[in-house]
Amino acid sequence: MRRWLLPTLLLAALVGAWQVAASTGALADLLNLESFLVPSPAEVAEAAWSSRQLLVENGWVTLKEVLLGFMVAMVVGLGFAVVLHLSETARRAFYPLIVASQAVPIPAIAPILVVWLGFGIGPKLVIVALVAFFAITVNTFDGLRSVDPAAIKMMRTLDASRAQILKRVEGPTALPYVFSGAKIAVAVAVIGAVFGEWAGSSSGLGHQILYDNAQLQTARLFADVFVLTLMAMVLFGLLALVERRVVTWR
Amino acid sequence: MPAKAKEFAAAKPFPSPGDAIGTGLSIHSLEHSYADLQTIDDIDLDVPAQSVLGLVGPSGCGKSTLLELISGLQDPVRGEIAIGDSTDAPGRLAHCAFMPQRDLLLPWLSAIDNAALALRNRGMRRGAARLEAGGLFERFGLAGFESAKPAELSGGMRQRVAFLRTLVAGKPVMALDEPFASLDAITRAEMQQWLAGALEADPRTVVLVTHDVEEALYLCDRVAVLSARPARVVEELSAPAPRAADRDEAVTDPEFVAVRERAMQALHEGMR
Repeated sequence: MRRWLLPTLLLAALVGAWQVAASTGALADLLNLESFLVPSPAEVAEAAWSSRQLLVENGWVTLKEVLLGFMVAMVVGLGFAVVLHLSETARRAFYPLIVASQAVPIPAIAPILVVWLGFGIGPKLVIVALVAFFAITVNTFDGLRSVDPAAIKMMRTLDASRAQILKRVEGPTALPYVFSGAKIAVAVAVIGAVFGEWAGSSSGLGHQILYDNAQLQTARLFADVFVLTLMAMVLFGLLALVERRVVTWR
Repeated sequence: MPAKAKEFAAAKPFPSPGDAIGTGLSIHSLEHSYADLQTIDDIDLDVPAQSVLGLVGPSGCGKSTLLELISGLQDPVRGEIAIGDSTDAPGRLAHCAFMPQRDLLLPWLSAIDNAALALRNRGMRRGAARLEAGGLFERFGLAGFESAKPAELSGGMRQRVAFLRTLVAGKPVMALDEPFASLDAITRAEMQQWLAGALEADPRTVVLVTHDVEEALYLCDRVAVLSARPARVVEELSAPAPRAADRDEAVTDPEFVAVRERAMQALHEGMR
């Protein structure tokens, strides 16, 4: 519990300062803005509570996109990592392209994906997977390579096949790296889902953010962002929990 | 600790595939190099079945390379290594188990699953593999630690599990690469005596690499002193009392001390 004390105090101090600055109008004056454009934490909380059903419904839509997209990213990311690890040829052919995929500006290709795949969940999954798989691939690949060469020699003299070396030595060695990649991936997956919704959707927190922005519903806009942040933190925490259960030897 | 030796002598030898245990090792005109760097220069060695050959030499002289060549992890540039009838690398790999310098136990597996690795690799089911490997735990002073993770074991115990893993592989030849280098002096002396007992109970053809002349002369039947790189055999010595039940007595015997001095002299010659 003790390790929670410091971040909680810091958060409370920040929220308190914001509350004072916003409710007295000092922040709005400083920015030369109308005070309704600078909501206080209390107003954000009030907006969140009164729109709770809306937030839950849209949050659920976004959560589904994040989870399914993350699962696609895991399958693709792990698949790439294993193929890159096993084949020198594949490594030379694919690695530069995999790196290049991360330079693609998502807002540029998102509208085209919507044209190709429609307004459903399809283009969101593609975008989430595209932004999330990279961290999984790179980390897992590094993990597979971090195996002590002497351990592989030892396994070979104990009659291990290539697949058995992968399963019994390289895989477990890479597991902590897989979790590192997955934790990064799940955080960026949330951003990916928002980009996906911005390109074309009728629900989800990303869609809600656009709507609240246009309607100058500033307090609820902050509430939308808060729910998104919470989602990323909870998913990250769940992965960390699973990691501690699975990787017991570290 | 003669009680321990008796305990080993009374134990039934670990079952191994057929008459493969009676396989010796011979090396003829062996040469090896990495790119332009010659590591091994014309080595001839003969290890009769069920005898122990020690290889001592200065650090970096190519001892570990020689072990990898013997184990079939690599093929030599020139010359021949034969384990029984097998002269090719895959054949040697099938007949030789390798115990690396560090124990290299897999930290996610229990002691018993580490010991049973070779059986699992050959497709044996987990339960059967555990039963077979577990049968040796008591004799190796590891009873009660079957399900312990490597991190929970002492250095000496980890080394014993690593040796067990090599033994359970059931191969006629064992290549041991400085198995006790990482242990403190007292544990090391205990482990030497322990290994002596284990090899008396379960004779195998063994090639033991070490930089400790005393360890080599205590554990081995014959000891080959290697020169600095490129490695060649400076002198081959016979040990006076291989694997004697009382190690302390054996290593202070005048005859042992004399052979040790000769080995040290050969080491110095090889450094030049």
